[in-house]
Amino acid sequence: MRVLTIDRGVVDRIIAHARRDHPEEACGVVAGPVGSDRPERLIPMDNAERSMTFYRFDSMEQLRVWREMDDRDEEPVVIYHSHTATEPYPSRTDISFAGEPGAHYVLVSTREPTVDEIRSFRIVDGEVTEEPVRVIGASVDGGPAGSPDAVTTYMFGQTQNNVDYECPA
Amino acid sequence: MAIEVRIPTILRSYTGGAKAVDGSGDTLADLLTDLDARHPGLRDRLIKDGSLHRFVNVYVNDEDVRFLGSLDTKLADGDNVTILPAVAGGALPAAGGPVAPRS
Repeated sequence: MRVLTIDRGVVDRIIAHARRDHPEEACGVVAGPVGSDRPERLIPMDNAERSMTFYRFDSMEQLRVWREMDDRDEEPVVIYHSHTATEPYPSRTDISFAGEPGAHYVLVSTREPTVDEIRSFRIVDGEVTEEPVRVIGASVDGGPAGSPDAVTTYMFGQTQNNVDYECPA
Repeated sequence: MAIEVRIPTILRSYTGGAKAVDGSGDTLADLLTDLDARHPGLRDRLIKDGSLHRFVNVYVNDEDVRFLGSLDTKLADGDNVTILPAVAGGALPAAGGPVAPRS
């Protein structure tokens, strides 16, 4: 089974972005070396729609970011966005637009102020497969993105068999 | 005349895995017809009901064709065309397909 392996610091910054833009949907990319399946370089994107129920990358920003990834031999390993009032599960809209079959589609929900929900999916030809999220490394303390009392409780999916609690040292 | 067209991952099954292909045409519509002759099926992934599909972004010389005339965008020798999947979505499960909500 495919697993999303991602650094804690990157997860923290995705969630901070989602909280910052709440109640509008936040969106972005985490790039990584081609073929590595390692999301390393976080690129928060503008939501051109500035909507609570829809997001769209600005087409010119997307071109610039995709070309930069090409030049650096990177690919979009993670494409993330937030749902601000509903569960972090792909909507029909998400599924119909999903155009990067190799990407992990990460959804964050900010519907609960004190609980961060983050789940990951593969979306290929309209078919959604949830995958476990394995978070590695320590939280980045004192980073500029998080608030001092940042929430540290994450919910990785809602079904036990999709959750990987392993936390390597 | 040759126009280089950069193909996104999701459409490379139509180009034998090639990241870029050459084509020709006086307009974007002509170019896509030309490409479809050698890469059958590609055009249908980009055009729906006579218009550019909202699931894709097409750029000519790094400009979004939605601001240049869409399928009628004029092309010339040496132009480069880039196709990317539009990245969009959201919580709203709009009936009848994805549309931006309007209040």
